[in-house]
Amino acid sequence: MSTLTRPRRSARPARPGLPRGLLAPAAFLVLLALAVAAPGLFTDADPLAADPLNALAPPSSDHWFGSDHLGRDMLARVVHGARHSISIGVAATALAVTSGVLLGLAAGLSPKWLDEALARSFDVLSTLPELLLALLVVAVIGPGTGNVILAIAVAQIPNYARVVRAQTFVVRRSGYVEQAVTFGRSRLAITAGHVLPNVLGPIPVLATIGLGQAVISSSGLSFLGMGPQPPAAEWGAMLSQARDYLRVAWWEAFFPGAAITLTVVCLTVVGRRLQRRFEGRTP
Amino acid sequence: MTTYTAPPSVTTLVAVEDLRVGFGGTDVVRGVSLSVSPGECVAIVGESGSGKSVTARTLLGLAGPGASVRASSFRVCGRNALAFGPADWLRLRGRFAGLVLQDALVSLDPLRTVGAEIAEVLAVHDVVPRARRRDRVVELLEAVGMPDPAVRAGQYPHQLSGGLRQRALIASAIAADPELIIADEPTTALDVTVQAQILRLLAERKAAGTALLLISHDLAVVASIADRILVMKDGRVVEEGPARQVLTAPAHDYTKALLAAVPSAASRGTRLTTGAPLARPEPNPYGRVLAGTGLTRSYGSRRVVADVSFGLHEGETLGIVGESGSGKTTLARLVLGLIEPDAGQVTLYGRPWSSLRERERRPLRPRIQLVSQNPLDSFDPRHTVGRLVAEPLRLPRAERRERVLDLLARVGLPPQTAARHPRELSGGQRQRVAIARALGPRPDVLVCDEPVSALDVSIQAQVLDLLADIQAEYGTAMLFISHDLGVVHHLADRVLVMKNGEVVEEGDVRAVFTRPVHPYTRALVDAVPRLAPAS
Amino acid sequence: MIKRLGTGLAVLWAAATAAYLALLLAPGDTVDVLIGDGPDTPEIRAKIIAEWGLDRPEIVQYLSYLWRLLHGDLGRSYQLQRGVGEILASQIGPTVQLTLAAATVGVVLAGVIAVVTAGRGPLSRAVASTAELVSVSVPPFLIGIVLLSVFSFTLGWFPVSGAEGPRALVLPALALGLPIAGVLGQVLRGGLERALEQPFAVTARSRGLTERALVVRHALRHALIPAVTLAGWFTGTLLGGAVITEILFGRPGLGQVTMQAVTGRDMPVVMAVVLLSAVVYVTISTLLDLAYRVIDPRIRG
Repeated sequence: MSTLTRPRRSARPARPGLPRGLLAPAAFLVLLALAVAAPGLFTDADPLAADPLNALAPPSSDHWFGSDHLGRDMLARVVHGARHSISIGVAATALAVTSGVLLGLAAGLSPKWLDEALARSFDVLSTLPELLLALLVVAVIGPGTGNVILAIAVAQIPNYARVVRAQTFVVRRSGYVEQAVTFGRSRLAITAGHVLPNVLGPIPVLATIGLGQAVISSSGLSFLGMGPQPPAAEWGAMLSQARDYLRVAWWEAFFPGAAITLTVVCLTVVGRRLQRRFEGRTP
Repeated sequence: MTTYTAPPSVTTLVAVEDLRVGFGGTDVVRGVSLSVSPGECVAIVGESGSGKSVTARTLLGLAGPGASVRASSFRVCGRNALAFGPADWLRLRGRFAGLVLQDALVSLDPLRTVGAEIAEVLAVHDVVPRARRRDRVVELLEAVGMPDPAVRAGQYPHQLSGGLRQRALIASAIAADPELIIADEPTTALDVTVQAQILRLLAERKAAGTALLLISHDLAVVASIADRILVMKDGRVVEEGPARQVLTAPAHDYTKALLAAVPSAASRGTRLTTGAPLARPEPNPYGRVLAGTGLTRSYGSRRVVADVSFGLHEGETLGIVGESGSGKTTLARLVLGLIEPDAGQVTLYGRPWSSLRERERRPLRPRIQLVSQNPLDSFDPRHTVGRLVAEPLRLPRAERRERVLDLLARVGLPPQTAARHPRELSGGQRQRVAIARALGPRPDVLVCDEPVSALDVSIQAQVLDLLADIQAEYGTAMLFISHDLGVVHHLADRVLVMKNGEVVEEGDVRAVFTRPVHPYTRALVDAVPRLAPAS
Repeated sequence: MIKRLGTGLAVLWAAATAAYLALLLAPGDTVDVLIGDGPDTPEIRAKIIAEWGLDRPEIVQYLSYLWRLLHGDLGRSYQLQRGVGEILASQIGPTVQLTLAAATVGVVLAGVIAVVTAGRGPLSRAVASTAELVSVSVPPFLIGIVLLSVFSFTLGWFPVSGAEGPRALVLPALALGLPIAGVLGQVLRGGLERALEQPFAVTARSRGLTERALVVRHALRHALIPAVTLAGWFTGTLLGGAVITEILFGRPGLGQVTMQAVTGRDMPVVMAVVLLSAVVYVTISTLLDLAYRVIDPRIRG
C-alpha cells in the first residue's frame, strides 16, 4: 500500500518531439555537424594561410575571430578545427562503444568463470587514468590522430563494458524474461527479443555523454602535443599555442576554448535530458 | 525557546475542522474534520489516493514540501496549529505525538543502530540526562516486548526480523512518552502472526493511556482496537462513527461496498463486487492435471522446499498459504519448471514435466501459465499492451490481432488499451493485462503467485471476481498462492499450509480453516484480524 | 577482505604485465625502443641486453622483469643516464603537493556546496547544477588557462609558473580540483536529496529533528555511499589531470618527467610512471572500499 506524502505523478504518455529546452543545444550540434561536413559553408578563408604582417589582430570585420600569432584567420581555424576535434571524439567513441558492448555482452552472457575474468580485465583497464593510458600508447607508437583515437577508445571501453555487463545481469533475471520462458519461447528468441534490446537501450544516451568526455580527452591530448601535428588546426593544439600569447591576444585562446566548452556542454545536456526522458522506458 | 508543557486539561488532543491540504493547485484532502481525545483510538480507513496518509501527517506538520494547509479550525495540544512556526512543530514532534510508519526496514535509518535511533529522541527532547540514555533505551525496548533488549539495541534494522524491527520503531515513537501515537499502516509489511503481535502491543499502549490515530486500508486490522472509525474516499470523510456501528451497520454505500469486498468464508460462492452468486465449477476428482511428489529444493545449506507433495485436479483451485520464508514462491517456480527440484518431480497429466529437458518441455509450456504479484516487472518495459498480450500466441498476424482484442475484452479492458503502455495504466488494469496474456495460450493450469496482494480492496475484489469467472468459463485449474487467508478461503477448494518449506496441513479449505489441526495452522487462523468490533 | 587484497594484487600484476607487453609490442627492435632517443653505442646496447636479459628466452625475461619490480628495481633511463627510481623520487614531491591540495579543494568544495544546496528550492538547485555542468564540460586545462589569465596576468595575484611557495600552489590546485568538485558535488547533492525523501527521513523529522540535523546526522552518511563508489574515477582524474596541470603551470614534478619521457620515447620511465599510478590507484581504491564497509553496515552482512 502506498503511503505517500504527496500524490504520485501518474506516468505521462510519451510526448512526441523534442522536450523544450533542448532546442538550443540540438541546434548547436547541428551547426557543428555542418562545420565538420562542410566547413566551406561558414568561411572562405584558408585555415593554413599564414599572414605574418597581420598577426595577432583583434576581432574585426576582416577577421571575425581575429588572427593568431602567425596571422592565420581564427574563424577559419576554429571551423576547420571542428573536423579534427570532433571526428577524433566520434571515432574514439564509436570504437569504444562497439568493443565495450561486445565485451560487456560476452561477460554478461557467459559462464561465471569467463565473466569474472572479463570483469577483472575491465578493472585493469580502468586502473590507468585515461591520460596516462593515452601517453603510454603514444610512447609506444608515436603521436598522431589515429593513435590518439586508439588511446581514448581503449580508455573508454571499460565504461561501456561495465554498464552493459551490469545491465545484462539485471535483464537476465527480470520478470519479463522469466515470463517469456513460461511462454515456451526459445533462448534465441528471448535473447534477441528481450535481452538485447533492453540491454542496449541505454547505450545511445551514454554514448552521447561519452562523446563529450572523449572530446575533452582528445583536446587534452592535443594540448600536450600528442594529436594532429601542426600546422593542423585542432582546438586543443590551438589552445596550447595560444598560451604564449594570452596576455596580448586573448582571442587566440578564447574561441577554440569556447568551441570545446560549447560542444561538450551541448552534448552533455542533450544526453542527460534524453536519459531522464527514457528513464521509465529502460529496465 | 519555551519547553513543552502538557495540555491543560483539554478534552481533545487534536481537533481539526474542514481540513484542506493541496499540492500545486490540487487538493488531496478536501474538508476533513476529526478529533482525537486522550486514551481513545481513532482509525482512518481508506484506499490509496483517499488522502488518509496526508491527513495524518498534516497533524504533525509533515504534509510535505509545497503543501498548502487550510482549515477553519486546527487545534493541536490546545493551541492553534495554523499559527505554528517551525519551532512550534519541532517542539511537539516526538514529545506530544510520535509517528510510526510502515516497514521499519526503510522507516528507520538503515545506517544507524536501533539504539541510536531511539536515543535520538531522548537527546532531541532532553528526556533524560545523557548518562541515563543508554539504560532508558533498553527500558523502552523491554517495554515493547523486545527479547534481549541490551543486545538488540546495538544491532542494525536489517539484522532484526520484521516484527522486531517494527517494535523498535514503536519504541522510538514512544521514547518521549507522547500523548498520541500516529501509526500509518504500521502492520502492512508484516506477516499475519507478527501483525497480531504488533496490534496487541499498540492496544497495550492505548490501555496505558496513550491515544492512537491508526491509518489503514484494512478494516479488519482496525476493528480490533478502534473506538471510532472514519472512512475516507477521494479526500473526504464519507462515514464516521463508533467502530461497532460502522462495521456492523454502515450507512454510506462506499463503506458497505468496502466491507462487502473483503474476501472471507462468508463471501464464498458470491461475487465480491456485487454479492450475486457465482457459479463454481465442480472439480473433477478423477482428472489429475498436476501432481508434485516429494519436491525438495535447497539454496546452499538452506532447505527452501522440503518434501512437498500435492495434487491439482481439473477445475479445482488449490490454495497455498504460508508466511514469508515458507517456500511457497519457490514451489510455484518448481511447478512452472523455472527451476529444477533437487529431489522429487512434477507431472502434468501423469506425464513427466520437471524431469524433461527444456527442449522437450518447451512445446508443452503453453499449458501452464503464470500470473505474478507485480505485473509491471513481468512486462518488457518497451512493449505496448497489445504486443505483451500477443507474445505467447502462436498465430498468424491477422488472427493474432483479433485474438488480442478478444482477450482484452474478456478481462474487461476496452480495445484502445492495446495501443497503450502499461506505465499509463492503474495497478488493477495492469493485472488484467497480465491475466489476458496468461489466458492467450489456453492453459490447463494457471499459477497465480500473490496476484492481488498489491491491490486495493475494491480492485482486488474485481480481479478475484474476474479470476472466478474465467475459471467457471474455461474450467482452468488454479494454483493460488497467497499469504491472505481470507482470499484463499473465499476462492479455493483445497488448501496447502506451508511453513519453513514443509506442508504442515492440507485438505478442504473450509475444514482446514474452521477446524485446524496443526498448531501452526491454528496460530495462523487465530492471528487473522476479524472484521468484528472488539467487544 | 582477503579477496579484496587479492584482487588488488591481481590488478597490479596485470598492469605490470600490460606495461611489459606494451614494451614488447612496440614497433621495432626492443633494444631500439629502450634506447629511444638516447645515445646509441655498442656498449650501451650490450648493457641493455644484459640488464633486460634480452638474449634469454622470453619467459625468463618476463619473470626476471617481475622479480626486479618486486625488489623495487625500476630499471634505468638510458636517456637521462640515471636510475628510474631515483628520477621518480626526486620529482614526486611537488606532484604529491599538488594532488593533495587539489583533492582537498575538490572534496571540501563539493561537500560545502552539497550540504548548503541540498533540499533547497529550485533556484539553488538550478544554479548548482549549471555550475556542475560547466565544471564537467570545460576541459581542465582550459580552466587553468582562464584562471591564469584572470588571476595571474590581469590581476597579478598569483605567480604564472613555478613552484615557489604556497601562492604558486593556489591556481594549479584550483584548476585540478574544480572539475572534481563539480562531479563530486553533484553526486553528493543527489545522494543527499534522495536520502531526504526516504521514509526514515520522515521518521526523523517526526522526532523533532531540524532539517540541518537531519542532513548532517542522517543524510550525509547515505550520500557518501555513491560518492565512495566514485573512488576510482576520482583517483584517475587527479593523476591524469596532474600531468596536464603541471605542464600548463610550468610546475616541476612527475608531469614534466612523464611528458619528457613520452616525447623522448624513454620507455623505462614511462613504464615506471604507469606502474606508479596503478599502485596509487589500487591503494586508494582499496582504502575507499574499506571506507564503504565502515559507512554501510548492510554490506558487512
